[in-house]
Amino acid sequence: MTADDREPLVADHALEFPGGYTRSVGPVIGRFLTELRDGRLVGVRTASGGVLFPPAEYDPDGEAVTDEYVEVGPGGTVTSWSWVSRPRAVHPLDRPFAWALIRPDGAGTAILHALDVGVFEPGAEPPKALRTGMRVRPKWRAERTGSIKDIESFRPDITMITAPSRAEYRLNAGRALTRFLTGVSEGRFLGHRCDVCGKVYVPMRGLCPVDGVPTTEEVEVPDTGTVTTFAVNNIPDPRAPEVPFVSAYILLDGSDIALLALVAGVPADQVRMGMRVRAAWRPREEWGRTMENVKWFEPTGEPDVPFDSIKDYL
Amino acid sequence: MGNPCAVIGVGQTEYRTKRTDVSIAGLVREAALRALEDAGLTFRDIDAVVIGKAPDLFEGVMMPEAYLADALGARGKPMMRVHTAGSVGGSTANVAASLVQGGVHDRVLVVAWEKQSESNATWALSTHPPLSPTIVVGAGGYFAPHIRAYMRRTGAPDHIGTLVAVKDRQNALKNPYAHLRIAGISREMVEMTPMLWEPIRYLETCPSSDGAAAMVLASEDAARRAPNPPAWVHGTAMRSEPIFFAGRDTVNPQAGKDCAADVYRQAGITDPRRELDCAETYVPFSWYEPMWLENLGFCGDGEGWKLTESGATALDGDIPWNASGGVLSSNPIGASGLIRFAEAALQVRGLAGEHQVEGARKALGHAYGGGAQFYAMWVVGSEKP
Repeated sequence: MTADDREPLVADHALEFPGGYTRSVGPVIGRFLTELRDGRLVGVRTASGGVLFPPAEYDPDGEAVTDEYVEVGPGGTVTSWSWVSRPRAVHPLDRPFAWALIRPDGAGTAILHALDVGVFEPGAEPPKALRTGMRVRPKWRAERTGSIKDIESFRPDITMITAPSRAEYRLNAGRALTRFLTGVSEGRFLGHRCDVCGKVYVPMRGLCPVDGVPTTEEVEVPDTGTVTTFAVNNIPDPRAPEVPFVSAYILLDGSDIALLALVAGVPADQVRMGMRVRAAWRPREEWGRTMENVKWFEPTGEPDVPFDSIKDYL
Repeated sequence: MGNPCAVIGVGQTEYRTKRTDVSIAGLVREAALRALEDAGLTFRDIDAVVIGKAPDLFEGVMMPEAYLADALGARGKPMMRVHTAGSVGGSTANVAASLVQGGVHDRVLVVAWEKQSESNATWALSTHPPLSPTIVVGAGGYFAPHIRAYMRRTGAPDHIGTLVAVKDRQNALKNPYAHLRIAGISREMVEMTPMLWEPIRYLETCPSSDGAAAMVLASEDAARRAPNPPAWVHGTAMRSEPIFFAGRDTVNPQAGKDCAADVYRQAGITDPRRELDCAETYVPFSWYEPMWLENLGFCGDGEGWKLTESGATALDGDIPWNASGGVLSSNPIGASGLIRFAEAALQVRGLAGEHQVEGARKALGHAYGGGAQFYAMWVVGSEKP
C-alpha cells in the first residue's frame, strides 16, 4: 500500500437548494407572519375556546381552529428554558443565551425563542435571574420581513436600573492635621495637650472635644505604644497585608487616646490586649505627609502591660 | 413631657435581603399603608409626616425625603427628615412624638426605611478619604474591639454571644416579618460559622435587609377614636457623645446611661428589670445584649452576661429582650430603630402575635447609632400615663 492508501479519503460537501426552498404558509401562519412584520403577536382561537400561539390550522387535538385571530403579548412569561453557555455559529446570539418557551399574555401556549439575558463570557453559568416565571418581551428588528426572525430575541422586563453617581471633593486637611502629617513626614508623632484637662491627643485636632476649647500646646510622643484592644479581621482589605489582619487601638506612650492602626509582624492569634508595639516605618526616601509612612505597628518584644493600666482607655 | 401621645397604628414590610419587587417609594408606602390601616385612617387624615433613614450614601439618593413626600401623602403638609445614623429610627419616632406632645399636630405619620440591597453598607461606612490619620473600618471592624474589651473587663465566657444569636433567631421564627428565619437554629450552628471580625462570628452579626416600618402617632383625642388599642408614650429621650475623646468608655458609653436615666425618670421607672415587661433593643452584634443590659441599668456593671446566661432575656424569661428577633434577625438600618419602638408598642397593645410577651404593659424601645454615640429611647405603656 502507498501512504495515500492509508489516509481516509474525505471531502466537504454542502447541500443547499439554490435560492432556498419556498414555503406556502397558508392562511393561518400567513396571518401570523404578516402581523409579525407589523410588530404584533397574534394567536388563533381554537374550537374549544383557547388561544393557540403561534397559530396553526389545527389545535393539538387535531381540531380545526376558528378564523378569529387574537392579539397576544407583547409581554410574556418564561415557562421553561435551557441555557446555551457556548453558542454555535448558527445560533441567533454570539454570546451565552437561553432557549426558552415563552407564553405571551393572553395565549394558552408557548413559543420557543432565544432569550437574551445580558452579556456573559463564553461558558458562563446561567444567571440567577433566569428562571421560570421570568417576565419577558420581544426585541423587534427594525427591518421586518415576515419571518420568525423579525423577533431578534426576547428580553427580560426592566426590573433594575443602575444609577451611577460620583461626587468629587477637594479635601483640605486643616491646620491641626497638616501639622500632624508634617510631623509624620519627619518620622515624628505630634499631639496637643489640652490646657483645661491636660489630656494629650495624638493626632492633635486643634481642640479638646471634652472641654470645647482650642488646643495649641504641642507634644511629641514616641512611636511606641500599647495595644488596648483589637479585632482580627477575616474579610480582605486592600490596605492590609493579608487575611487575617489585626486592626488595633494603640495607645502611644504619652498619649491619652488610642488610635486605630494595623498590627502586623506577628501572627494574628498572638496579638494581645496590653501588647507593646512600635511603628514599622517605610524606608525614609518614601516618606510623605501621610500616615502611609507607617506600614503598621509590630511587637517590641517587651513584656505586656497589665490590664489595670489600660482599662481606662477602652 | 407635654400632651399625651399614643401609637395607634403600626405597619411593617417583610424584611428581606432584596426587595426587588418594589421601588424605594413602593417599599415605604407598603409600611405606611399598613400603619394607616391599623389606625383606621388614610393619608388624608394625617397632619404631618416624619421620615427617617441612615446615610444617603447607602442608596445614593440625596435627600430621599423630598422624593418620598408624594409617596407618603405629604403634599401640602409639613414633612421633615431625621438623621442620627443607626439610631435614626428611634429618633424619628421621638421627633414625631414631640409634634403631638407639643400640641402641634393630632396625627403624625412616622416612617423609616433602608434598602440595603441598592449598594453595600460596609462600602458606605468605610469610604477611604485621603489624609486620614487612622485606618477606617466598617461596622463589624469598629465594634469587635469594644466587644473584646467588654469580655475582658467582665470575664464573660465566650459562649454568651452565641446564646443571644440563638435566642433572637428562635424568636424570629415567631415573627412573620423577620428576615432571618433559621429553622433548627442552635449553638452548634452558630459556632460552626466563621469569625468575620473576631470575636464576632458570622451568625453573631445582623443581616443586611431591605425594609420599612411606620407608625401613626396620635393625640389623646385622636387615640380615643382609634379602632385598635393604643400604646401610650410614657417617655422619650435622646443623647449623643463624640466618637473619640480621651477617657471615653466605649464599652459602656455615658450617653447611653444618661439617655436611659432620662427616659426612666419620665416614665417613673426606678428598677427597669422589674418595672418593664419587655424591651426591644438595638443589638446588631449578639454581644451587645449583655453590654446594653448593663448600660440600660437592667443589672449592675459586669453582670449583663450573667443575666443573658440565666435565660432572663428569653421569651419565657422575666424580662424578654427582642421577642421580635431583633436587629440580629432583620436589619434595614434606618428602619431598625423604628422597628424596635414599634415592636415595643405592639407588645403593650397586645398585638405582637406569636411573639407576644404575655401581659406586657410597659416596654422599652431602644436604638443606638454611629460609634455607639447616638441614643434614642422610649417607654410605652398600655395605660395612659
